[in-house]
Formats: sequence, structure tokens, C-alpha cells
Amino acid sequence: MQVNEYKPLIVAFCCNWCSYAGADLAGNNRLNYPADVKIIRVPCSCRVNPMFILRAFQRGADGVILCGCHPGDCHYTSGNYYTRRRMALLFSMLDYLGIEKERTRVEWVSAAEGAKFAETMNDFAKTVAALGENKRLEDLRCKK
Amino acid sequence: MQEIKREVLVNKASELLKNGTVDRVFGWKKGEFDYDITPALFTTAEDIENEFVWGDFCGANFSKYLIKETGKSENKVLVFLKPCDTYSFNQLLTEHRFDREKVYAVGVPCNGMLDTGKIKSSAEGISKVTDNGDKVVIETLFDGEITLDRNELLPDRCLNCKSKKHVAYDELLGEDGAVLDSNRFDEVEKLEKMTPDERFAFWQNELSRCIRCNACRDVCPACTCEKCVFDNPNSGVENKAATNEFEEKMFHIIRAFHVAGRCTDCGECSRVCPQHIPLHLLNRKFIKDIDSFYGEYQAGAEVGSRAPIVNYTTEDIEPGDAVRRNENA
Repeated sequence: MQVNEYKPLIVAFCCNWCSYAGADLAGNNRLNYPADVKIIRVPCSCRVNPMFILRAFQRGADGVILCGCHPGDCHYTSGNYYTRRRMALLFSMLDYLGIEKERTRVEWVSAAEGAKFAETMNDFAKTVAALGENKRLEDLRCKK
Repeated sequence: MQEIKREVLVNKASELLKNGTVDRVFGWKKGEFDYDITPALFTTAEDIENEFVWGDFCGANFSKYLIKETGKSENKVLVFLKPCDTYSFNQLLTEHRFDREKVYAVGVPCNGMLDTGKIKSSAEGISKVTDNGDKVVIETLFDGEITLDRNELLPDRCLNCKSKKHVAYDELLGEDGAVLDSNRFDEVEKLEKMTPDERFAFWQNELSRCIRCNACRDVCPACTCEKCVFDNPNSGVENKAATNEFEEKMFHIIRAFHVAGRCTDCGECSRVCPQHIPLHLLNRKFIKDIDSFYGEYQAGAEVGSRAPIVNYTTEDIEPGDAVRRNENA
């Protein structure tokens, strides 16, 4: 009999200019990272509205990670600085509501950091898997 | 009891109407019960004489009403602003939401408004509420008179009043106060000290009562988008089907997030909530975080200031550190 092993569902928002290219590089270099990580490409990390993150959780994500260019390297000059402020406030608020703070993360990954991308995703997937299923943020109506 | 008398406001409004400075007046009028005071627009001195109310239940903040009202006519509209209302007034001016030239603002001092919810829960069959300064006498239909301490009936926003100072007005009635040293973050700190499980249980209990009436959004002087994200049927938060889902939390996080940095902490959201959810605790958490991460900032304290959420420095705190910092606090 086959046992359904728990696999976390992770949504990664990656900016088009740095982190998405970083993910590409990780692939080109044959670096492993979990297949549970679903990448969504965004034009800039600051395109990510707090609602995107919350809705990902509502629809069943167990962890959400947001990757962008390193501060100072934004393709649009300052997008990631705004992201940094927004996410600091949002994550602090999620923590205030009693939601596990390990489920959300912001990481700066440049286009040259394929290794860092793979490493970050491996680490994040491990952390989220250890936390188990996302019960506090899910919406049963969205369950498949 | 309010320090300034109704007659002073009525005379001022009538005078300004008669000399043509304004042709409309925002004020309060009596609702069904003594504690149901509703906002109203007056156009004649006669109506003001008969129907204008000023007292302990005139909590409504008129700043947001100005957006629509100033667009209707070229003439000025008179508005009475309590100290906390003036912050919202300034914030809306900062965002260019109405034309300052079309408003005549009269500052009125405030001694704290009474909490309708607390009054209603302390007596049944209320027929009359009178305020004698320190004591509030509630006359009831069946149980006679009940006398209560005024301080016990103040809502949280007035107990932790942040300022008695008017930051915007054309004319001031009575004396101006000062910015106060309030303990408004005490309750937020209390929550922060709980364990995540306790916090989750607390908010689950509070927010699951939400009936999604949108009153908090509609009353909020900072929520002034003409098209609101919550009116989008695909937003995922537009309906109320179950009580224990994340949807409520999502709605309230986003509601508070959309006004983060612009919220003046006027407390209207909690005042109008029919379910008595302490919504100001969400807003105050954002204000507290902004203060500690990016330096103290009071929205609406001056016209033209730039909200921290639309600003940045290269040395800002990393989101991961921001969360860990809460842990250590």
C-alpha cells in the first residue's frame, strides 16, 4: 500500500531580473532544489502585494518565500526597498496574529547566485516541512 | 460631560450660515435613542436650532464626509472637528482628497466620548442617558436609575487619547489642549508578550465574530479609494460563509495594511464595529512597528509629510530581523 508522504507546497515569488535568473542558473548548474517549490515570476519583488502572499496561504500554500535583487541592485532602482518595508510590516503582523513566522521569508538572490538559490530553497523547504501542514492560514473551501 | 456647550456650536453655525461664509453644516442629530447620535448635514439655521446635537455620543469623525461634500458645490461647508478628527483632516489634505478652500473648519474641544457598547451592556431598556461630569446616570424602563463612573464608559480610544491638540482649524471654540503621553501601545505589548498559540486563539476568537459588514472600511477616514479591493468578487474575501477560516484574518490584515502609515489612530473602526472587535489593535500594531523600525511618525500631524510605507532608506531593517526583534522584545 502506498503511504501518502507529506510534501509541503511552497510558493516562491521571484523577481524577473535577479532571482528568476538565479533559479535558471541553479538549473543550468544541475543544482538540486525541491520540486515542491513553485516559482511565480514577477517583474519586481515590489510587484508582490501582501494580498498575493495571504491568498497563496489561503489556497493551500504551506510556505511563501519572496526573492528579489539585493538591496541597491533593483532593476527599477528602488523597488526592493519598498518590498523590504512592506514585508517587514506584514511579517510582523502575521506573527502578531499568532502565525508561525518560519512560513514566510524574504531572501535577496542575484542572477549570479544559483548556488544560493538552491541552498535557500532547500533550507526553506526543510523548515516548512518541519512545521507541517499549514492549518492556521488555510481555507477549507479552497481545498481540492 | 462636554466642556463646551451646545449653544456655542449652534450659535457659531447659525452665524456662519447667516453671514454667508458657509451654506452647509456638518453636525450631529438625534437618532432613535439618546445614544444613537447620527451625522447629519444642515442647511438652515432653523434646522440647526431644532435638531443639532452636541454631547457624549458625537463621536463621528466628519473628515471623510468632506471628500464627497466639497465636490458638490462651490460654496464652503462648515465642519466641526474634535482634536482626533483634525489628524484625519490633515491626512486627507496630504493625499489631496478634498479642496481645503471649500471647507470652514471649526475646532471643538473634546472630553472623550462615551462608548455606546459599554452603555448598552450595562443596562437594559435604556430610556435616557445624562452625564453630570464624573458620573453618568442611565434611566431605564424597568430597573430605575443606574449611576456609573464616566471613566468606565469611555471607549479605549478615549481612555488612551493621543492628543487634545487641534492640528488644523480655521477657528477654534474653547481652549486648545496638548499632545498627550498616552499608553496606547500597552495592549499591543500585552499581546506581543503572549505565546503565538495564545495570540492565535485571541484573534481567532475576535475575528471569527466578523460579519463582513464593511463598516470599518466605510467609516475609516484613511480608506478613501473610489474602487476598493474588497469590492472585487475575485478578491477571495468578499463573502462570509464560515466563521473559522483564514478569510477574516486576511480581510483584517489587508484592511489594516492598506492604511498602514496613513492611519491616524482615530479609532473609528472599533467604534462602529457592531461585533465589538478591537480593530484598533491591528492598526496600532502597524503604528508601533513603524515607530520602532523607521522612527516615530504620526500620520496627519502635519500636512504634506511622507508616509513611511511610501518611503525608504538603504539601511532599513530586514523582514526576517523585524520578526525576530518582536521575539526578543
